[in-house]
Amino acid sequence: MAGKEKKESGLWEYSPAPESASIGKIAPKYGLFIDGKFIAPAKGRYFPSINPATEAKLSMIAEADAADVDKAVKAARKAFGSWSRLSASERGKYLYRIARMIQERAREFAVIETLDGGKPIRESRDIDIPLAAAHFFYYAGWADKLEYAFPNRKPKPIGVAGQIIPWNFPLLMAAWKIAPALAAGNTVVLKPAETTSLTALKLAELFSDCGLPPGVVNIVTGAGATGAALVNHKGIDKIAFTGSTDVGKIIQKAIAGTTKKSTLELGGKAANIIFEDATIDQAVEGIVNGIYFNQGHVCCAGSRLFVQESIHEEVVRKLKHRIKSLRVGDPMDKNTDVGAINSKAQLETIQKYVRLGKEEGAEIFQPSCNLPDKGFWCPPTLFTNVSQSHTIAREEIFGPVLAIQTFRTEAEVIAKANNTPFGLSAGVWTDKGSKIFNLTSKLRAGVVWANTYNKFDPVSPFGGYKESGFGREGGLHGILPYVQF
Amino acid sequence: MTQRKISGIPATSPRIDQVGVEERCARFTSRSIKSTTKMQGLHMVLSMIDLTTLEGADTEGKIRQMCYKASHPHESIKGLPATAAVCVYPTMVGVAKKALQGTGVNVASVSTAFPSGQGPTEVKLADTKLALDFGADEIDMVISRGRFLQGEEQFVYDEIAMIKELCGKKARLKVILETGELGTLDRVRRASDIAIAAGADFIKTSTGKISPAATMPVTLVMLEAIRDHYFSTGEMVGMKPAGGISSAKSALHYLVMVKETLGEEWLNKDWFRFGASRLANDVIMQIAKQTTGNYQSGDYFSKD
Repeated sequence: MAGKEKKESGLWEYSPAPESASIGKIAPKYGLFIDGKFIAPAKGRYFPSINPATEAKLSMIAEADAADVDKAVKAARKAFGSWSRLSASERGKYLYRIARMIQERAREFAVIETLDGGKPIRESRDIDIPLAAAHFFYYAGWADKLEYAFPNRKPKPIGVAGQIIPWNFPLLMAAWKIAPALAAGNTVVLKPAETTSLTALKLAELFSDCGLPPGVVNIVTGAGATGAALVNHKGIDKIAFTGSTDVGKIIQKAIAGTTKKSTLELGGKAANIIFEDATIDQAVEGIVNGIYFNQGHVCCAGSRLFVQESIHEEVVRKLKHRIKSLRVGDPMDKNTDVGAINSKAQLETIQKYVRLGKEEGAEIFQPSCNLPDKGFWCPPTLFTNVSQSHTIAREEIFGPVLAIQTFRTEAEVIAKANNTPFGLSAGVWTDKGSKIFNLTSKLRAGVVWANTYNKFDPVSPFGGYKESGFGREGGLHGILPYVQF
Repeated sequence: MTQRKISGIPATSPRIDQVGVEERCARFTSRSIKSTTKMQGLHMVLSMIDLTTLEGADTEGKIRQMCYKASHPHESIKGLPATAAVCVYPTMVGVAKKALQGTGVNVASVSTAFPSGQGPTEVKLADTKLALDFGADEIDMVISRGRFLQGEEQFVYDEIAMIKELCGKKARLKVILETGELGTLDRVRRASDIAIAAGADFIKTSTGKISPAATMPVTLVMLEAIRDHYFSTGEMVGMKPAGGISSAKSALHYLVMVKETLGEEWLNKDWFRFGASRLANDVIMQIAKQTTGNYQSGDYFSKD
């Protein structure tokens, strides 16, 4: 209990409850998935993929260069002809089949996602994988109803989509991108993030098993250079990118002057706003879920908390009390709430911001927890006494670090919340409906949650304003970038 | 046990969002409780049970049997704790007291025109006095739900305070809110705050006579009221969900909830109880299963 400063110890600790790692069948080496087959990369280069919780090597992943990307794009182009002419209901059937097979293999996908990315098995099992299947189910339903989605406009597919996805929700982001593209009759070349390629490659195996025609989806693995080769390839009709704002800007520059369409879902620095009339205990829970979910590796994470001054002390006390009960450690343990940081590089970035926060005068709080010796870890962290001009309140940290500020009036908090180059998401906590409507209409963010946070559903469009990008994924809006009229 | 301080009714109580509460409860049930944690938890649950019989048909013989069960839950498994208390009607307190002499098991008596609470205050006081005279260690009173729902909070508060005064140092007071009749979690929170302010040593969900009885969302809201009181005064109040918890598995989920909401100081019979009759046998069955590796038929466990 916070008041007594007593460390939670020994009395009734949860015994380890590890999920079995052997459920995830990982090959020692993966090639590139091009034209329905796994093939070796042209230059024969491979790089390791490690488990960030143990630093042990999981597999060797092929590194695709421009020649490999060219091969993949050509395969996608060749497949586009027959795939786009396939009757829409047949395309829908493939998508339904993919969705069902993801459900059948959900446990294996969850285990591999957790081994490869470091997120708690509870999250990959309960959120990532079920949502990935849900996206395929949802867009499968649209495949033969596009005429009704865009009445009298005769929607046609665009062609070959180059899709680049991040490492925070590897399979889910693949599903967000692949499902609407295929439903609308496009073919795909997808590049997963270099630290988390495995579930995308398992998805490739699933595509083979379900008989998806060769070339409809191709997966090229590698780092930035592979992504650049994909973006710059002349045979690509559309780029869909989720990742950092910096890379988003590079992509914008690269495709300027071409006919390539694009959607970008970039960084965020969301304001989570809690008013004095909020249901405080539930709001505290939502704040915790908003920033510590997936170790804070969430572009829409509620990383800036604005607390009305009259409840500041109470909220901070309850937050501290709550994060003391979060369990940090082995992501494979079913009782783990906060897993491993995805990579060493990301951990260093987070540590840099934590250091800056302290140097610039904010007050840090971290619960004491026993972190494993190996692997990359950051305890849930919060900063009080934060100013709007502090670096930790301005830049995206992409880690479990919360910056807390106070406010007095609605006008003040709206101004502060919008005073950021980003505009992806926001949260509002109040028991008063009129206040919710006032704020949701004035906050410049693509998604605004009221009295909840980090809720995702395939039906609901997701995307940003300003430097958080443009275009929407999910819902009917999510098909729009993949059709032309 | 220090005496609870009494304060006035708080001006307002925090609002509760039911959706958020249910989500939090779902997280408690997804905790995986295995091996030593499970065994330790099962023993803890058994030691926190108020073994209860509150029937018109109760006989002295039945009470004596239940008292034996409370102090010797299952002879063939060594090292089982006794239950915390037995819970009976005031007229049975004398019998139970005698049967439990020297066992360390407390006798709790329901009172105040249990279960409806539909009686004049004088009758409620007399009812309680009778139970105390028979030697009850704990009093489980019901609040006047009708008066509470009419907005007469002061009346409810005064009744609790009067019963509390009567209990004095002789008995600890549990205040039953009968949450199944309160309708909303906002009212559950309000009633909790009133009961705590009036001096309740424990707040308790239900009589067990109506449905729904104890649920996880209701219990969480009450635990949060206890935690907020602790934060502002440093004073601990106990919690007793009662009715409807019949499986060991769900009892373990309640322990998870207590641990993560209040902390481990509350994980003992001084601060947390289960009001239940069937739960004890399921807990014993699970302990037997953990020990021997096999589930045994219900016929191997005494039902009394």
